Amino acid sequence: MCATCGCGHPHELLVLEEKVLAKNDDLAAHNRAWLTERNIVALNLMSSPGSGKTTLLERTVTHMGDARKVAVIEGDQETSVDADRIRRTGCAVVQINTGAGCHLDASMVHGALHELDPGPGTLLFVENVGNLVCPALFDLGEAAKVVVISVTEGTDKPLKYPHMFAVADLILVNKIDLSPYVDFDLDRCVAYARSVNPNVSALAVSATTGAGLDAWYEWIGERR
Amino acid sequence: MHELSITQSIVDTARERAAGRPVHRIHVRAGKLTAVIPESMQFCFELIVEGTEMAGARLEIEQPEGRAHCSKCNTDFALPDLVLLCPCGSAEVSVTGGRELQIVSMEVG
Repeated sequence: MCATCGCGHPHELLVLEEKVLAKNDDLAAHNRAWLTERNIVALNLMSSPGSGKTTLLERTVTHMGDARKVAVIEGDQETSVDADRIRRTGCAVVQINTGAGCHLDASMVHGALHELDPGPGTLLFVENVGNLVCPALFDLGEAAKVVVISVTEGTDKPLKYPHMFAVADLILVNKIDLSPYVDFDLDRCVAYARSVNPNVSALAVSATTGAGLDAWYEWIGERR
Repeated sequence: MHELSITQSIVDTARERAAGRPVHRIHVRAGKLTAVIPESMQFCFELIVEGTEMAGARLEIEQPEGRAHCSKCNTDFALPDLVLLCPCGSAEVSVTGGRELQIVSMEVG
């Protein structure tokens, strides 16, 4: 008889020992293989809402001009406002609305890739849902994760949201033009980020004025 | 609230593996260095299974402590958070435990 529920039936113990996110990880690996085959560099942009991801993308897409094909997958809970902004730059874009969902997952990106069908050599940006917690756990199949933080958010953000900063390949500190007006210590913020992610790169930029963006474009150019 | 989609994955996997047999217990391992709150996971589990054939199943969440190894002083130590710093002051630290997020086993039949 079963010890746990006393139902009188022998229960069978199934040993699984498998990753909870195995399905997402498998699909992310599939996305990654598909992208690599086509020589497409995919960058997953993550941040809290309002850090300036869309402004950064508008500026980056415009800068690339005819030099490089760019496509964007926009993730938001609701509306196509961000996709409309990107579309006005002339760039191919697909909007994913997650509804109540707080992050993009590999399956949503898989669907968007089919819809977008980016050509070989495309630079693909995935703008994740604005959220500094949940998107950190979900591999999408990207080549690199870029975490954007703005100077108005506070120096200690990397310690308050360590999971996000721990998975970043690059940290972009945005709105650097506003630093004279806010109490933000760039060096300390980067040091906090490196306390959870010792080798992470960091760049200070302003998507509004263009300050520091050459280093960002150079970093993109180095991704393969 | 990523716990909802994570817990949904657990229920989906359990349902698939149970293949129609009643599920009594699911044992999950969620390390303390993962961004998963066990109380939220438990709450989401109740919501997801309510009114389904899995209602009444128990979710057991094991939470391994964060552990790390320092390659400078060659010791293993407890890591309470993601700040990679050894008590000896070195940051040459690799995480050895606490990042598990697995379905360990389940009881069916």
